[in-house]
Amino acid sequence: MIEISSYHIQVLAFMGINIILAVSLNLINGFTGQFSLGHAGFMAIGAYTAAILTKACGWPFLLATLAGALLAFAFGLLLGIPILRLKGDYLAIATFGLSEIVRVAIVNFDDVTMKAATLVGLQDLVPKEITRGALGYPAIPEVKSLVWIYGWAFVTCLILRNIVRSSEGRAISSIGEDELAAESLGINTARYKTLSFAIGAFFAGVAGALFAHWVTYIKADLFKIDKSIEILLMVVLGGMGSLSGSVLGAVVLTLLPEYLRVFAQWRMVIYPILLILLMLTRPEGLLGRRELSTILGVLYTRAMGRGGPAPGNPPVAAE
Amino acid sequence: MRMKSIVAAAAAVLLGALVCAAPLRAEGETIKLGAVLPLTGGIAAFGMESKDGINLAVDEINAKGGVLGKKLEVLFEDDKGDPADTTNAVSKLINTDKVLAILGSVASSCTLAGAPVANSAKIPMITHNSTNDKVTGVGEYVFRTCFIDSFQGATSAYVAAKIIKAKTAALVTDVNSDYSKGLGEAFTAKFKELGGTITGEVSYQQNDVNFSSQLTKLKGTPADVIFIPGYYTEVALILKQAKQLKIGSVFLGADGWDDPKLLELAADAADGTYIVTHYSADQKTPEVEKLVKAYQDKYKRGPAVTDALAYDMVYVVADAMKRAGKADSQALRDALAATKDLKGATGSVTMNKDRNADKNAIVLKVEGGKMKFVESVKP
Repeated sequence: MIEISSYHIQVLAFMGINIILAVSLNLINGFTGQFSLGHAGFMAIGAYTAAILTKACGWPFLLATLAGALLAFAFGLLLGIPILRLKGDYLAIATFGLSEIVRVAIVNFDDVTMKAATLVGLQDLVPKEITRGALGYPAIPEVKSLVWIYGWAFVTCLILRNIVRSSEGRAISSIGEDELAAESLGINTARYKTLSFAIGAFFAGVAGALFAHWVTYIKADLFKIDKSIEILLMVVLGGMGSLSGSVLGAVVLTLLPEYLRVFAQWRMVIYPILLILLMLTRPEGLLGRRELSTILGVLYTRAMGRGGPAPGNPPVAAE
Repeated sequence: MRMKSIVAAAAAVLLGALVCAAPLRAEGETIKLGAVLPLTGGIAAFGMESKDGINLAVDEINAKGGVLGKKLEVLFEDDKGDPADTTNAVSKLINTDKVLAILGSVASSCTLAGAPVANSAKIPMITHNSTNDKVTGVGEYVFRTCFIDSFQGATSAYVAAKIIKAKTAALVTDVNSDYSKGLGEAFTAKFKELGGTITGEVSYQQNDVNFSSQLTKLKGTPADVIFIPGYYTEVALILKQAKQLKIGSVFLGADGWDDPKLLELAADAADGTYIVTHYSADQKTPEVEKLVKAYQDKYKRGPAVTDALAYDMVYVVADAMKRAGKADSQALRDALAATKDLKGATGSVTMNKDRNADKNAIVLKVEGGKMKFVESVKP
């Protein structure tokens, strides 16, 4: 008997945004096996671009979202080429650096453009306040609609599912399994790595735009490494390389802190304890590399009494 | 297997605790207020101080019979200092707990995110600690019982020009902080208006530890006053390094300095500095003396600035409730807007048309390891 209040809608909205972020990061970290810590940076690009376009330029929400996402995509593509030559820890550090650059660029954007414009004598043509630096960007037009958020979440999941199942997706997955082996099979690893990085960035940009228009106030500090790690947590918890796992991870990690509200200041003590317990019991994530549909299929077959698990699928953990 | 069953049992106990922990509350006999504060996370110290201040004021009011014949009850929610979490907490308090008004939050970015939720639900939201100018611009239902960054910056400039009698000033600002930037801009504008000259501005970032290059640069063009709108952790280091470099300027700061830890960290390097803030524990007013005594009795410590601001906020809300005559959010909003000359430990509060408190700033001077009250100003 739960009455749907605007509190529930609020939580549902963040859940939807987190789903988009987690699923898109999973393409990079899970399927392609490229450990990125820079997802919040792309989210920031999408959020700021879309917010500036709707507020200062009066663009419609959908176009602004697309513009923000495309800019994030372009950044992903451009910066992915040099950055993705790195591997493992080095890649993680470089992607972290990338998101820091985005954040610092947003904070100093106005000063730099103003000074550059003054140098060439165009100071009257350039607006004084574009990103408003550290003061944050307030009063963004409100778009509080779950239809937009879940519409985008659906589109994200659908597109990523299709990518993963396509021949390109198989190539991407093979890089995640063993990059050297993939290369020896003639797969252009650099191309697919960059592509998956940029596609992930695109949807992070979408999520950023949705977030900005829901909360109506953004600040560069919101897109720090903490945010990237929060998204990474959802991916790892759900299972690297499982799209439905990421959805589940996003749902669980959005709801958990809300359920823990009754503990007041102990909330952030209990939350990590639960995370540790989860990772101890299921180090491969909630769903591992499997999809929910596979697991349900196995359970269904078992319940029907048609013998053991399907070939190729290890038995579902039966605690 | 044993490990798994232990873990499973632990998880079951935690889940059980979750279900049972929902407190049972009596309905209708109390007036419910919600408070959204950073009880965890990086700025939790301010959240806990706010909680102490609110609890003390509520206990005092309830001991005297409450408001409108009912006891006040405050439901606390944590926002971790994270704006997205503030929107959730505000929304939960309004929809699930049906509170009459919301108190908080501490960080301006949190209040800026939470206030639109309260405003569109027509529930008053009152903050005691978010000084960013934009906060009350969110809407008709958002109030603030402290002064704003631009007032604080301008007052600092006034103190520099009139009390320290400086002709030249330099600034050290944190480029990534909205607070630092807002204060710096207001200071520069007011100081120029008062006939002073800004001789230089250098910047740093939160968590920096070495400021020698910036300070050396400032030493080249000596200013009478160096204004540092920042928080005490970095400020203490800046003051220490400035002393080592033998910079002779008078240092001046704002409420971000106002914490006993500044004196602990900077030691004698803080001597001779001026601080513009909300409140002083040795100001001789009956309100301050009463608060200091109550804090010693209840918490065995002196009230810090956030304690005092949170304490005063509850009295502002209680006063408005009495004048409204009924526990109704709309009536409370109108009464809050009409708040006039309500005396508190942090000065007397009058709501202006922008729903900000018009009140005096307190000037402190550090002498012999203590922050001493100099005067109460309103330029």
